[in-house]
Amino acid sequence: MDLPHSTYTPPIMIEIRSLYKSFEDKEVLRDISALFAEGQTNLIIGQSGSGKTVLMKCIVGLLTPTSGKILYDERDFVSMNKHARALLRREMGMIFQSAALFDSMTVLENVMFPLDMFSSMTLRDRERRAQQCLDRVNLPDAGKKFPDEISGGMQKRVAIARAIALNPKYLFCDEPNSGLDPKTSLVIDALIHDITVEYKMTTIMNTHDMNSVMGIGDSIIFIKEGCLEWCGDKRQVMCATNQSLTDFIFASDLLRKAREAYQ
Amino acid sequence: MKIITQPLATFGRYLQLMAKVFSRPERLRMYFKQYVKEMQQLGVDSIGIVLMISFFIGAVICIQMKVNIQSPWMPRFTTGYTTREILLLEFSSSIMCLILAGKVGSNIASELGTMRVTQQIDALEIMGVNSASFLILPKIMALVTMIPVLVTFSMVAGFGGAYAISFAGILTPDDLTYGLQHSFKEWFVWTSYIKSFFFAFIISSVSAFYGYTVEGGSVEVGKASTDSVVHCSMLILFADIFLTQILA
Repeated sequence: MDLPHSTYTPPIMIEIRSLYKSFEDKEVLRDISALFAEGQTNLIIGQSGSGKTVLMKCIVGLLTPTSGKILYDERDFVSMNKHARALLRREMGMIFQSAALFDSMTVLENVMFPLDMFSSMTLRDRERRAQQCLDRVNLPDAGKKFPDEISGGMQKRVAIARAIALNPKYLFCDEPNSGLDPKTSLVIDALIHDITVEYKMTTIMNTHDMNSVMGIGDSIIFIKEGCLEWCGDKRQVMCATNQSLTDFIFASDLLRKAREAYQ
Repeated sequence: MKIITQPLATFGRYLQLMAKVFSRPERLRMYFKQYVKEMQQLGVDSIGIVLMISFFIGAVICIQMKVNIQSPWMPRFTTGYTTREILLLEFSSSIMCLILAGKVGSNIASELGTMRVTQQIDALEIMGVNSASFLILPKIMALVTMIPVLVTFSMVAGFGGAYAISFAGILTPDDLTYGLQHSFKEWFVWTSYIKSFFFAFIISSVSAFYGYTVEGGSVEVGKASTDSVVHCSMLILFADIFLTQILA
């Protein structure tokens, strides 16, 4: 999607400052600093084992960084107390690689779960809101099914519906296209991008899917061996000179030729 | 050195988890829903196996007592008397809980372990839910609530088994009835219930600990399930020594 250049600069909602993470003697992340803006799909890319999942887990608080700061709207997540952390987490939605739907609940119950836990809405309103979310991800009739009765792509869409049920400010996606066919991947990408713009969320997405990079990468950071190697957007990727990045992105002949044609 | 430090570290992690489990619930309505579900899954669904095993063990104890203890020098009520004492004092609480450690313990550990490896627990954490409390507290409460029911069923089924043997002609029902009623101490029934509360807590909390702290994949889930049964069984037997001494 080519947006016209404008003078509007979206506010920075998440800032990472000098983040380090080690597991015993092994340093997995080294001095990572990055900014993630509102209404944008921010991608974290890198080879398998480069540390992008660890970075994502640090950002959402599933891992505690060894040092550094993670600021959500200027609130330091790392030094927050438990209660403040729990409150902030209600502003987050996350889509996991495996969708992570609760398999003992129906699709509708899965989407209703955050509302059941944290909203003071009546049962009817909660059901209505959950159905709205399912309609938004084009699954209006899947409510009564269980997660194992629907396809992988549909599970990801249910995960998106569950993530947006509470109107979160921040959306995190850990390789949402993993295990999906290219066409379904594009549908998921488009859905994440559209929802990000529609709900004015700050979306951070881990991926090594090049279609995602070229399609929805409003802002991209490239991690190599735990270090921030490059940052830019999808337009800058095409003319990037960073060797590690170009080796990673244009690894296939098809993409290399596409780049040559673009240049 | 590791042989001492490792169990201590595990016990420390268990205590930390329990502190998380017993923190204030976020939304009681949701916890109650889970609690009712767990009572069905852990308690009601175990009634069948408890009835079946207790019935046959009651019958076997009765036969063994008749064959090995009964003699012309012993009163005829001895078989019924000893069968009752064994069922009330040990079988319906300790041995039945050992059986439940296998059935319920492995169920809890594998359920939580699978939730961990499929990132369902991470999903709860991201939402701001205290996952340990939300998933484990209803299980502990449900099993502790349902255990007196299971113990009662076990006692009744055990006596049923003994009566089945008496009707088969090995001893007379009158002798069995007299033996079952002879020198009856109500406290023994309470002992059984009190012990079972402790064992229910051990089964639910220890197996939840092993399931919740799984790291890895399906192999580790299987290992956690086995570990939970082994450790629950050991702890039940160990606790039984102290509880028997205290309550005797």
